[in-house]
Parts: sequence; structure tokens; C-alpha cells
Amino acid sequence: MHDFLLNAYKSFDFVYPKFYKMDALSKLGWLAAEIMLNDSFKQKSYKSEEIGVVLSNANASLDTDVRYFETTKGFASPSLFVYTLPNVVNGEICIRHHFKGENAFFIQEKFDAEFIEQYVNNLVNNNILQACICGWVDVLKEAYEAMLFLVEKNNAANSVAFTAENMKSLNQINQK
Amino acid sequence: MDTLIADLKKQIVEQLNLQDIKPEDIGDDQPLFVEGLGLDSIDALELIVLLQQSYKIKLANAEDGPKVFYSVKTMADYIRANQPKIA
Repeated sequence: MHDFLLNAYKSFDFVYPKFYKMDALSKLGWLAAEIMLNDSFKQKSYKSEEIGVVLSNANASLDTDVRYFETTKGFASPSLFVYTLPNVVNGEICIRHHFKGENAFFIQEKFDAEFIEQYVNNLVNNNILQACICGWVDVLKEAYEAMLFLVEKNNAANSVAFTAENMKSLNQINQK
Repeated sequence: MDTLIADLKKQIVEQLNLQDIKPEDIGDDQPLFVEGLGLDSIDALELIVLLQQSYKIKLANAEDGPKVFYSVKTMADYIRANQPKIA
């Protein structure tokens, strides 16, 4: 999996030296956000405070927690320790793109489209955010899943309505 | 090249996972932080671990950190001063 993440980074010709220092969860979320946002996001339409990140997964930061625990038998690794919280992936995405809006990370057994729809809609409809990156980023050992959505209050051309049903449909497509 | 300095450059690249940088690219007197290699506070902690793991040296005074970790050469000087067996 680490080879996959590194090869993905190189194949897109990204230049962001800090990528190498990230844990697998942050690398995966960072890559997914980078690919999605580079494609069509007009970030200049928004203030930094108007863009947020709401993510979820099943395994929190367990993949890194285990690796960090192994180092505590000798010299505990500071660079692993800083990744022993799952919401650090939010931070890495926000730092990269200078997002300063609301962000949250939820631990759930499986992707809960209804919950994400409700939570993000609440942020957008109350003008806390104008745009939000949301979805699922999960890593444990060699298993990984990433599925991100870009939600904008003002619909972009050819956009798909932000509904739980649409997210579930896209999720099913990804799993086929 | 000074063996200790060469070893330190290799260890810094490995310990800090600086995959875009080759050990020989690091200048002996090049600042390691901010305007130099761009290391951050977490990297500083990793360098402290490196001193303890590889050279059995504990930084006696945290306030000495900026001087000790200014460059590879200042690190080497500190190691020599605190571990006389290394040539």
C-alpha cells in the first residue's frame, strides 16, 4: 500500500515534500483531495474560512497507532506520534489548500451517507461554509478506501445534487 | 569527507524521510531549519532521538538546541565534544 501511495504521488507529478513524512491515512486523503480539487475546484471563489473538510472512517488512526506503539518499546517516534489522531488528515488537506473553515472527523462502522449529508448541509445552509470536502478515508494495514465529494452551495455546471442517495450510488459504483 | 559528517547527513535523510534530498546535497554549514533544509519542530525532536539512539548523547540543555542543530557541522561538533571516542 505504501508503494501504491508513493507511486500515485509520483505519477501525478505532485511536488509537496511534506507528503513523504505523512502517515498512510494522511497520504491517502491528501492524494484524493489533490486529485479531486485539481480537476475543477475554483477555490478563488471563496474565502479560506468558507471552505471546510468533514471526513469519516472506521479505523480512526489505528494503522499509525500500532506503528507508533511499536516504537515506544525503544525510542518513541515524534514524527509518528503526531499522526496518532485521524483528524490530522483534515489538517494536512487544509494546510495544503489554505482552508480555514469548519472541519470534523467522525469514526463510524461504515460510510453513513445520511449522516454526512445532514452534517454538511447544516454547515452549508447556515452559511458556516460555502464549500466542503467530505467523505470517507480509511486505512488499516494493506486495506485502504478513499471516497471524497466536493459540496458547493452554489451549484457548479453539470454538478450532481448533494444527497445521501447520490453518494450511496457513487459508492456502489466504486465498489463494483 | 569527514566520516562523522557524512554519516550524519545520511542519518538525517533516513530519519527525517527526506526522500527528495540526497545526503551529499546537504552542505556542512547549511542551516537545517527554516531557510535551509526547511525542517520543523517535529524534525527537531527526531534529531534529538537520533543523537540518543545513534550516539548515546542526551541533549543536556534544551536551550542549546538551536545552536547544536544549526547545521550538520554544529551537530558533529557537539557529538565530538560529548563523545570523545569518535574521531
